[in-house]
Amino acid sequence: MLAESLALSAVLFSIGAIGVLTRRNAIVIFMCVELMLNAVNLTFVALSKVYGMAGQVFVIFVMTVAAAEAAVGLAIIIAIFRHKQTVNLENINLLKG
Amino acid sequence: MPNFFYQVHFYLFGLIAIASSIAFVTRKSPVAAALWLVNTMFCLAALYVMLEAHFIGVIQVLVYAGAIMVVFLFVVMLLNLGQPSEIADMRGKWGKLAAGLLGLALLAQVMALAGKRLPEPFTPGGGYNADVVRDLGAVGSVAQPLFNEYLLAFELTSVLLLVAIVGAVVIGRRRRIDAR
Repeated sequence: MLAESLALSAVLFSIGAIGVLTRRNAIVIFMCVELMLNAVNLTFVALSKVYGMAGQVFVIFVMTVAAAEAAVGLAIIIAIFRHKQTVNLENINLLKG
Repeated sequence: MPNFFYQVHFYLFGLIAIASSIAFVTRKSPVAAALWLVNTMFCLAALYVMLEAHFIGVIQVLVYAGAIMVVFLFVVMLLNLGQPSEIADMRGKWGKLAAGLLGLALLAQVMALAGKRLPEPFTPGGGYNADVVRDLGAVGSVAQPLFNEYLLAFELTSVLLLVAIVGAVVIGRRRRIDAR
């Protein structure tokens, strides 16, 4: 089942990347990034059957980083919403000059 | 060779995961998108269990589908973004086309790696060991390397979480620091 898991992981990662590129809502883009992290986790778990339990330990680290990233990223989104009253990336172009 | 029943369920959960992730990317409402993503995560948890990573499957449901997605839904509710009509969420036709082509190119690149042979395990007899899991249990077999070889990384993770908590509170609070 290793090949199937890796193929599924690649498909999910690509769908997440397409989501990041097509959406404009900052929160939905964050969720797409979470989907990509999940796809990588599936790769880790599938390969841990070949290379040892370290893969599953890495999955735990990835989940911790994802939780921290979600907390900080959503705080940033809330701060942006207070300033701009929107989370649409079309309207958040302060750095464009 | 795994038996037929196992294979059917593996493909079933995989197809549901792909279908719900496609639905997740295409839904306009953020709440519907989040719920489809939760469905994808449940399917992935089932696949983890089928790959004999039981503890990771439990953590996937508890942390990802439980905690992280609730935070996302909470922010959607807090900012009152539930209505899909008032946000022009999707990019235009050309943006979608370009993103689809880029995604297909990425998929082709990753799939091209499938022809390569996997390198040998670093340690002889490495890999999933049924005896270790039988001796230590599903949790113990993950905890054994986590608290021995990766103890330093584990402790540094606690610093990361502390920084994230402090950062989220500082960024998210209403009063400016210089306003007093």
